[in-house]
Amino acid sequence: MFPIVKKRVLNETVTLMEVHAPLVARKAMPGQFIIFRIDEEGERVPLTIAGYDREKGNVTIIFQKVGYTTEKLDSLNEGDSLLDFVGPLGEPTKTEGIQRCAVIGGGLGVAIAYPQAKALHDAGAEVDLIVGFRNEHLIILKDELQAACTNLIIMTDDGSNGNKGFVTQALQEQLESGKKYDTVIAIGPLPMMKAVCDMTREPKIRTIVSMNPIMIDGTGMCGGCRLTVGGETKFACVDGPDFDGHLVNFEEAMARGRMFRPEEAQAREKHICRLTGEAR
Amino acid sequence: MANMNLKKNPMPEQDPLVRAGNFKEVALGYTAEIAMDEAQRCLHCKNAPCVTGCPVNVPIPDFIDRIKEGDFEGAYQVIRSQNALPAICGRVCPQESQCESKCVRGIKGEPVGIGRLERFAADTAMKNGITVTAKENTNGKKAAVIGSGPAGLTCAGELAKAGWQVTVYEALHTAGGVLMYGIPEFRLPKALVEREISTLKELGVQIITNAVAGKAFTVDELLEEGNDAVFIGSGAGLPNFQKIPGESLCGVYSANEFLTRLNLMKAYTFPEHDTPVKIGSHVAVVGGGNVAMDAARCAKRLGADVTILYRRSEAEMPARAEEIHHAKEEGIHFHMLTAPVSIEGDENGFVKAIRCIEMQLGEPDERGRRRPVPIEGSEYELPMETVIIAIGNSPNPLIKKTTPDLPTERWGGIQTDEFGRTGKKNVYAGGDAVTGAATVILAMGAGKKAAAAILEDHPA
Repeated sequence: MFPIVKKRVLNETVTLMEVHAPLVARKAMPGQFIIFRIDEEGERVPLTIAGYDREKGNVTIIFQKVGYTTEKLDSLNEGDSLLDFVGPLGEPTKTEGIQRCAVIGGGLGVAIAYPQAKALHDAGAEVDLIVGFRNEHLIILKDELQAACTNLIIMTDDGSNGNKGFVTQALQEQLESGKKYDTVIAIGPLPMMKAVCDMTREPKIRTIVSMNPIMIDGTGMCGGCRLTVGGETKFACVDGPDFDGHLVNFEEAMARGRMFRPEEAQAREKHICRLTGEAR
Repeated sequence: MANMNLKKNPMPEQDPLVRAGNFKEVALGYTAEIAMDEAQRCLHCKNAPCVTGCPVNVPIPDFIDRIKEGDFEGAYQVIRSQNALPAICGRVCPQESQCESKCVRGIKGEPVGIGRLERFAADTAMKNGITVTAKENTNGKKAAVIGSGPAGLTCAGELAKAGWQVTVYEALHTAGGVLMYGIPEFRLPKALVEREISTLKELGVQIITNAVAGKAFTVDELLEEGNDAVFIGSGAGLPNFQKIPGESLCGVYSANEFLTRLNLMKAYTFPEHDTPVKIGSHVAVVGGGNVAMDAARCAKRLGADVTILYRRSEAEMPARAEEIHHAKEEGIHFHMLTAPVSIEGDENGFVKAIRCIEMQLGEPDERGRRRPVPIEGSEYELPMETVIIAIGNSPNPLIKKTTPDLPTERWGGIQTDEFGRTGKKNVYAGGDAVTGAATVILAMGAGKKAAAAILEDHPA
């Protein structure tokens, strides 16, 4: 069992948890992920590692309530335990040689972009951190983000923080103002990562994206997480989750992401039934 | 008096039409009466040719003798002396090409139903709660076993019996490897696998789940942490695809994914269990091995019309004859000498058809199997909503990547001598990680041999 040692609600849909998992904390690196399972009936769900404390043996995860299992996870509290918590899985982000970069996070992707920005910043790189949220109430980890970069730009879709627009617009402005990046790291929803890649393709800026496809075992066994990258089949769990964004087939990844939509809705319905006490 | 009936006692089975709609075990097992009658067919040959066909050397005539006498517990103890997982082997071993292929009774008529008798002895023992006696004295030697599939469990059991302190590391949340995620409930009930594993725990074997070798720890770290030996039984990992257009469409699964969803995650009970499986009314399974049969029979049980596509003819099919027979009985269609050329999708990216080409058999390949050659102009399309690719696996790269001084084959398998010794000191390996995809019993045989090598190299 893996006890939840800390829970912090970041906004109405996003929650941070620290989970005691010494075997994972011992080796975790930015860019890697874990898979958790809440109980015997639970599904295996991958989440990117948002932080770790090797001494205490704790791993930080940040998740958005998007479906049945994340709703259920959010209903747990400090002192509760997860049945399974395995990792660190996937390859760490390769940060060597990066000197001037933009790290871009959209929505929950901000939580994943944060440890990468921090690692680069700590290593002495110049980091522009561009993050986007729907509105100012959804802004998370502001202090942490500020401390993890040279230059923080927060965008909101509705302009409620005084900075209206998408992260891609902010990137565009930086590029047009003459900023030179050796690398762009983009983490967030597939359409956002695709838009960033389209923007950096022409000026030939190396762009790393973090893919988060449907996955079961996370160790290379099921192949459910396969992606087409540069015309070849790759498994996000063992070859990624980071890939060269200019080579990723995003259309295919988006289609595959929709595979279980009706089942996801069905599972949520069951959850609502349970909450309201109706028989399932 | 020996029973000179030329035929084996038939195995009581669920009716094909009934079982095609449930996940309960197909074969129901011999009763005591049938088992004792079948045991009478054994001639107790002095030279016991059957034993030479057994990868783990079960003293077959001896255990059958006990059944003849009605001493079922004794029969179990005889098997258990050589085989750590008898209830499993009695179900999934390919006896027809092993022990039973050497049986004298098979020369004229059918061989003795050795597998069925093994299963009977093990099931009876479990029902009566017979357990193995734990070894109290440990000799201070420590081993780490990577992977809790048939190879790892067997190796762990053998070492524990010899007084070693053994820790098994399993990447998934449940121990058992392919026995849990791969082989379906109707062929190998999961409760039974759990019981077999708990007998190993009684021997003192410690199992740590959620522990991924090559990620959470390395082989070198296991050695540094005071293990005298490390056994790698990590299995065959990455599913192979055919590299044909359309394999990434929604509705295309590797057999590993499909079977893992059903067996390990119990998706056939969705939404009671949280993991879903999506299956159309028409399902194609590509491949001709046991895994293809398992996937096809699972799909059938979910209510689909299932077609197996295999590029050679039935004679070349690597699946066990019994599995093919069961699949046919359950109404699964077989398109032999047929290979897929592409999978066609609809506008939403879901599978709508599979394009196939007919094949004919040409010259034998290096393994002696006749090579299939496409017949030009014979392409046709079958409407499908789901395609399951069951054409084998490649070794998982995680351990190789983090153990640079472990010699491996070009295709990724770990190199060993015939006793499971790798090119790295104190590191042993066996099972699919070494041979590529094979059978449960061959993996068990490899685990057992490696345990013997470990004991020989590390005298107490």
